[in-house]
Amino acid sequence: MNPRPPEKWPGNWWFTRSPGYFRFMIREFTSFVVAGYLVFLLVFLYRIGQGPQAYASLMEMLRSPLSVVLHLLVFAAACFHAVTWFNLTPSIMPVRTGEERVPDALLAIGAGYLPWAVVSVVVAWALLR
Amino acid sequence: MANTTITLEVYRYDPNGDGQPTYRNYDVPYREDWVVLDALNWIKDQVDGTLSFRWSCRMGVCGSCGMNVNGRPKLTCAAFLRDYLPGPVRVQPLASFPIERDLVVVLDDFMAKLKRVKPWIIRDDVNELDGGEFRQSPAELARYKQFSMCINCLLCYAACPEYAFKPGFVGPAAIALAQRYNLDSRDRGREQRLDVINEHQGVWECTFVGECSAVCPKHVDPAAAIQQAKVAGATDWFKELLMPRGARAHPGPRRERANVSEQAQSTSRGGEP
Repeated sequence: MNPRPPEKWPGNWWFTRSPGYFRFMIREFTSFVVAGYLVFLLVFLYRIGQGPQAYASLMEMLRSPLSVVLHLLVFAAACFHAVTWFNLTPSIMPVRTGEERVPDALLAIGAGYLPWAVVSVVVAWALLR
Repeated sequence: MANTTITLEVYRYDPNGDGQPTYRNYDVPYREDWVVLDALNWIKDQVDGTLSFRWSCRMGVCGSCGMNVNGRPKLTCAAFLRDYLPGPVRVQPLASFPIERDLVVVLDDFMAKLKRVKPWIIRDDVNELDGGEFRQSPAELARYKQFSMCINCLLCYAACPEYAFKPGFVGPAAIALAQRYNLDSRDRGREQRLDVINEHQGVWECTFVGECSAVCPKHVDPAAAIQQAKVAGATDWFKELLMPRGARAHPGPRRERANVSEQAQSTSRGGEP
């Protein structure tokens, strides 16, 4: 009368079992994209330091259609990653005022979206003025 | 409604049989107000009395009737057949638990983990009964109330991929209950729970998939409890690192707050006859 061991989950493909698992996987995967882009930026800075010719050829490369498409993809991944974590902030760090919990939406905006927007505007102003 | 019957594909496992589980199909009368548990009871009454499953209150309070319905952990007393039309509805025991028989799972692992997190109020003083009750303000109650709604139905464990692949993980419900007592202004046991909660198989095993909270029928949000315990643990760690040695004895902001409210309590308690 031994109990039967638990039924096995579907190995590496467990995350296809529900939309929630799948969203989690995408969220985690996008962190690799963001990290990869940081490595690219570091290499980029290193190359810029090698003189005007290196800079010119890098700018040429960035203008290529492939580079533009890749940048759009990286931007989308970074946005997905940021938005999912902003939305999770209220459950990780709830704020209370007495008995009431500060509404999740307000907290996500205050701790995530608003600073994000401010920093983006400042960066855009610095680059585009 | 056109449907007169709906098919249930029910997981069957007989520990005295050949050791292999099978699925058996049952055509159950369809009624709009029937839940999966009603259908299982109908099968047990009318077709096969050997079908085994746990249930008690049939109103979402006892937490006994959790099963995987079409692959998703559900209280079967709250899973309406009408939401699974036209069927079939696949009913399996809760994922990640050993199977005793048919839809009945072995709960020993969870029970042991629950005990390890000491889900009760721990005091370091002894209070006589005539000292009166421990007072708590509505704000202090609000801090932990959500986490106290757990009915131990274990849907969260069945939904957790981490628990499936690493059975040593203390898991959502047990950590949520530990957090419930850690946040209780009457409790002084946080440090006693630390070695279970803060170890690798405690909160740090969690990767925040969040499905435990998605399936929780009582909106306990165990995923949030685990992340909040992580924040508290990390804060403690930094304090240990940064504080001078003399200040390390009782780390954690919660501890200090608790002491303050204890003083407030001792002045407010014991007055009433």
